[in-house]
Parts: sequence; structure tokens; C-alpha cells
Amino acid sequence: MSLWVDKHRPKDLMKLDFHKDQALRLKNLVQQSDFPHLLVYGPSGAGKKTRIMCLLRELYGSGAERLRQETMHFTTPSNKKIEIMTVSSNYHIEVNPTDVGIHDRVVIMDLVKNVAQTHQIDSSGQREFKVVILNEVDDLTKDAQHALRRTMEKYVATCRLILIANSISRVIPAIRSRCLTIRVPAPTENEIATVLHTVCKKEGLSLPSELAMRIAKCADRNLRRALLMCEACKVQKYPFTSDQKVPEPDWQQFIREIASMILTEQSPKKLGEVRQKLYELIIHGIPPDMIFSGLLCELVRNCDMSMKCQVANHAAEYEHRMRLGNKPIFHLEAFVAKFMAIYKKFVEESLGDAF
Amino acid sequence: MQAFLKTGKLSVTDKPSTSGTKTTKKKPPAPWVEKYRPKTIDDIVDQGEVVQVLRECLSGGDLPHLLFYGPPGTGKTSAILAAARQLFGDITRDRVLELNASDERGIQVIRDKVKSFAQLTVSNTRPDGRPCPPYKLVILDEADSMTTAAQAALRRTMERETRTTRFCLICNYVSRIIPPITSRCSKFRFKPLAKENVIKRLQEVCVAEGVDVGDGEVLHQAVHTCDGDLRRALTALQCCQRLLGKVTADGLIEVTGLVPEKLVDEYLKVKNYNELEQFVAKFLMDAYSASQLLEQLSATVVNAGHLTNKQKCDISEKVAVCSHRLLDGGSEFMQLTDLGCTIIMANNNP
Ligand SMILES: Nc1ncnc2c1ncn2[C@@H]1O[C@H](COP(=O)(O)OP(=O)(O)O)[C@@H](O)[C@H]1O
Ligand SMILES: [Mg+2]
Repeated sequence: MSLWVDKHRPKDLMKLDFHKDQALRLKNLVQQSDFPHLLVYGPSGAGKKTRIMCLLRELYGSGAERLRQETMHFTTPSNKKIEIMTVSSNYHIEVNPTDVGIHDRVVIMDLVKNVAQTHQIDSSGQREFKVVILNEVDDLTKDAQHALRRTMEKYVATCRLILIANSISRVIPAIRSRCLTIRVPAPTENEIATVLHTVCKKEGLSLPSELAMRIAKCADRNLRRALLMCEACKVQKYPFTSDQKVPEPDWQQFIREIASMILTEQSPKKLGEVRQKLYELIIHGIPPDMIFSGLLCELVRNCDMSMKCQVANHAAEYEHRMRLGNKPIFHLEAFVAKFMAIYKKFVEESLGDAF
Repeated sequence: MQAFLKTGKLSVTDKPSTSGTKTTKKKPPAPWVEKYRPKTIDDIVDQGEVVQVLRECLSGGDLPHLLFYGPPGTGKTSAILAAARQLFGDITRDRVLELNASDERGIQVIRDKVKSFAQLTVSNTRPDGRPCPPYKLVILDEADSMTTAAQAALRRTMERETRTTRFCLICNYVSRIIPPITSRCSKFRFKPLAKENVIKRLQEVCVAEGVDVGDGEVLHQAVHTCDGDLRRALTALQCCQRLLGKVTADGLIEVTGLVPEKLVDEYLKVKNYNELEQFVAKFLMDAYSASQLLEQLSATVVNAGHLTNKQKCDISEKVAVCSHRLLDGGSEFMQLTDLGCTIIMANNNP
């Protein structure tokens, strides 16, 4: 039995639940002969992948849905053997080049060249090109991104790239200028609620509107998260009630607890306790930048503007350093310590003023 | 993957050269950027100096080693490809070696592949007896991504094989090329194309493609969004036409990933932290790009009438810091929040 997120994934461009005008435009695009490279970007859970799979189906028919998983092998110039998982159909192939870290360039180049050179499906009615889907292009090394530039021009006759990213901030301009960029905004809370209703109807369940709205609010405009939450609600309690508890991701709760620890006491001892908690979050695979932004949001709530400004400044600075270093915990802890210092001084001063 | 590769068979219509004769089949779809890539050096817009030198080579002069540098989409690759085609005609395949950042160009390749290609001797006549230049051409596109070691190896080959081989290096930043190489090349800087020339070129393409641009006002928008990068302008036009069925100013902004001016203004006018938090969350959820916002912001701030010099100064300085951090991979949320705080402070203390 598959999860609702997979089970009820729309398969046809025209059946997509939101950004319908964009879907229509994509459909028109497919009808034109000069299909460009695409760069599809948007926050996670905005439905980028679903949209792309629909697009492939529009391009190649249902054959693009017969997927198989395979492991491919590559050899780096330094003769290191690397392997990577791929998902492919007769018409396209998809990889996560970041899985192989700094060797991503080799994978991309070999893959694109292979695809481009083995040439197209016979042109009788079919497309002259195949599609290579690259995930997480914003995390590609600069080396790999540069290598893509001329490749995209050189093999354009037989191979189209669909690049997927969360944001184009880290995609080099040279790549952006070679693609049709398609922005996929996260669905609004109302749109999410509508999708929840549709899915529940398909499952034969009745969902109170208040509950749908509450789930949508908790989901941070992430549709995948909303559907998972909704399914979890169903497991916890059915028939639904409008005031039933919506299971929140526990790491958010956890960050809130850390923040209140920091606000109650600013001391080396407390710092040690906070560190344990931060470790736990990291071990559970919560991305450090999410911890950082979560902490910032919680900590500044009680500060005045000039202090908010200081705290945001330090958060941005330490988070940046974290990207350059390789031990996130150091930088998280440094930020907490800094905050404690600023906050303690602030509290003492305002107490002093009071007397 | 194997099955995926096997399904394709190499069809006979593969060669682009035959596609012209097969009028019944539709031509392989080409993006406008490729379709309208200059065929001869006379089609190159602007860049008079280079074109002049290349023209002399075509009429029999000797070709020096070349180094082309300049921003993307200004015709560097096009210029050398067109010149090569005109120089060698149908023997281009034997005489030209093109390597770019996607090819393996480590020190080993330079030593083996490039060197052995350079060592081949060539005559000054074609197989059919007509004359042709007595040398080969090695094009190293995107040379700024070559390692220094590879460049050093290249330098030795360049020195040794000058008699039979010319090199053309192409890069964005000349500072990434080691001095011993730059000093051996004639250097040409490709300037961002002049506005009116870009417009003229776009107009030609629009006419050829049957795109209706009305009074041409949108072309100004296209030029404005592309900063002298013709590739970007052409891609934007085509995408807009294909996606929306027409070319509009808003459409161009959307397909090039620009941030609507309205949002830039809104960010520049935030008054308190609450507003800022909401703005940043929404901005990122709508998938706009923080680095793009910063880029547009810095232009807006400098020209903003309602800001004092001190305010401009404070904000601009922070923009620089944050954009640097973004480039290193810093989180967009953090940087936008930090910069936003600076803007709030500046707004409150004129
Ligand atoms: N000076 C120019 N004259 C005519 N077309 C140009 C010129 N510069 C760029 N273009 C257009 O932009 C596209 C990309 O140009 P290219 O030469 O590949 O740029 P780069 O300088 O990045 O190598 C070309 O296909 C061509 O259509
Ligand atoms: Mg180029």
C-alpha cells in the first residue's frame, strides 16, 4: 500500500491542482517543435517533480511512466570508481549528481554525452531528443556547473536537460541564460486545503474544513508535508473531528524547547545542555541551516528592534561560516553563546534601569 | 540505463548537413540561440577589433594565438567557430580540435590528446587541391576552468608547435589564465553589446520568426533585463514566445527569473521586524531568488530619491556582505533577514 502522496499524484498536466495556467502553458510548450532546456525551481513540496513527470508524459506518452532503477558506474580521471543510482524510462534518465559529492562533474558529463551520442528514438512521430533530469542543481559544485555550459549548447540537438533546484540563487548565470526558467511557487494554504479535500474524497473520507485549514497552516506551504500530516491524522483518529490534534514535526517543537532553555538562563552550564540538544537534532538529520533559522525565529521574539538587528546579524554571519567549515555544531554553539551574552547584558541593563 | 541507451538507434538523418535537402521532414528543433548563431564573422555584432583581425586572417594573413575574454553571450564562441568554418570549410573536422569545460582537460589530456593533435603535420592544400591555411586550430573554450598545472603543460605545447598549430583560448576572466600563456596570445576583450545593436539583432530574429513585438517597446525591456548578454536576451524572447504565445514585458521578467520591481520596493520600505519576517517567508515560498533581489536592490538603492547618502551607504555595504555570503552558499533566509534589519534601522534613522 502506498502513501497518499504517491498514490494520488496527478499524472496529467491538466489534472494538476494549482498553478493551472502554468500547466496550460507547459502543455503549449510541448506542442512546439523547439522545446528548450528547462530549469525548474521552487521550495520543496511545491510539486516540481510531479509537474515534470506530467510534462514527460505529455512529451512521450505513458511510456515515460515505466520506470526502472539501475546503478551506473563511472570512472573519474584519477581512476576512482564511483556508482550512482538512476531512475529511467526509454525516454529519460534521472540522477542526483550530488550523491557522488565532488565527482558530480564526471557523472553529468558522461551521462549527457552518452545520451546525446546514442541518439534519439526513431523520428517516426517520436521526439528527436531524450531528456536528462538533474536534481538539486543548486548544490552542484561550481566545476560541474561550468562544465554544463557548453555541453548544453553542443548536444542540444539530441538531448534536453531538465534541471531541478530549490532556488536559483546558487545556479550560475551562464546556466540560467541557457534555460527556460520555470518558477514553481509553493501552494498557498487555501490551495493545500483544497488538495486535502480532493484526496480525502478519493479515499472516501470526509474531512472537516477547519481541520483541513489547520493542517494547511501547520504545513508551511509544503504540500507533501500536509498530505503526510493528513494521513497521520487519519491513522490517529477517524472519523475526523475539527479540533483533533495535528501531529507537528517534532523537531520544530524541539527547537522551541531549546530556545526557551536559552531564554531562561544564560550560563556555561546551560550552554552545555543546549549543546546536547543540538547534537540530537543534527544526529536525527535535521539540516543545520533549518536549525539556525528556527532558532533565530524563536529567539528574537522578545527582543527590541536594535537587539533583533544584532542577533540577525550574528546568525547570518555564523551560518555563513558554517557553510565554509565542516562541523555545524561549532557554529550553532557559537551563535547560542553569542546570543546568551547579548541577551544577558540586555536583561541586566533593563533591570538596572528599573531600579 | 543500458536499455535506455539501446533503444536509440543512430538514424541516417543524423548529419545536420543533410537536413537542408530533406525539406519534407521538419528540421531538428533548434533554440534560437543556435539557429541564429553567426555563420560568418561578418554576422558578428559589435566587437569590431576582433572581426577586423579575423578578416585579415581569412584573406591570407597569419593567425596569431588568440585569447578571447569577456562576459557571457557576447560572441566569443561564435566568433571563433565562424572563423574556423570559414578558414577550413569542409576540412574543419580534421583541422579543428574544440575542447570545453565539459571535456576532460586535466594535465594528462593536454599532454596526450592536445599534444598529439598539435604534432600532426598538415599541408597547405586541401584534398581537392585548393589552398588552405597550413596550420591546425585548437579551441579551448571556457579555459578559466582549467587547472594551473594543465595550463602550464599547455604552454609548453604552445611553444613547441607554433609552426603547425594555433591556439584560441576563451574565458570570462583573463586573470584566471597564467601570464606565460596570456603573453603569447593576442588578447581581445569582448565588450557587452551596445543596446541599439542588441535591439537591432533581436528585431531581425523577431521578423524571421514571425514574432509580433508591436512598437518594439518590449524589446527595450528585453535589453534591459539582459545587460548586453545577447544569449540571455534571445533565450528570454524565445521562452516568452513559446510559453505565453506572445512577448510581453511581464513575461520577460518572469522567464528570466527577475524579481518584480514591486517586491524590490516593498523590501526597501519594510518598517518593522514583523513585516520583514512575513516578507522574507513569502518571498522565498514564491521561489524568488535572493541573490537576484540583492542585485536589483543595489541598483535601486543607488538611484533612490527618498534615501539620504548615509542610508544608501549603510544599505549598500550590507548588500555587499550578504551577497558575498550568499555566493558562498549561505542560507537565503538568514541573509535576507540580516539585510532587512539593516534596512529597517536605516529607514528609522535617516
Ligand atoms: N556579437 C554577437 N553577434 C551576433 N550574435 C551574438 C553575438 N554575441 C552573442 N550572440 C548570440 O548569442 C549566442 C551566444 O553567443 P556565444 O558566442 O556562444 O557567447 P559566449 O561569448 O558566451 O561564448 C549566439 O548563438 C548568438 O546568437
Ligand atoms: Mg561560450
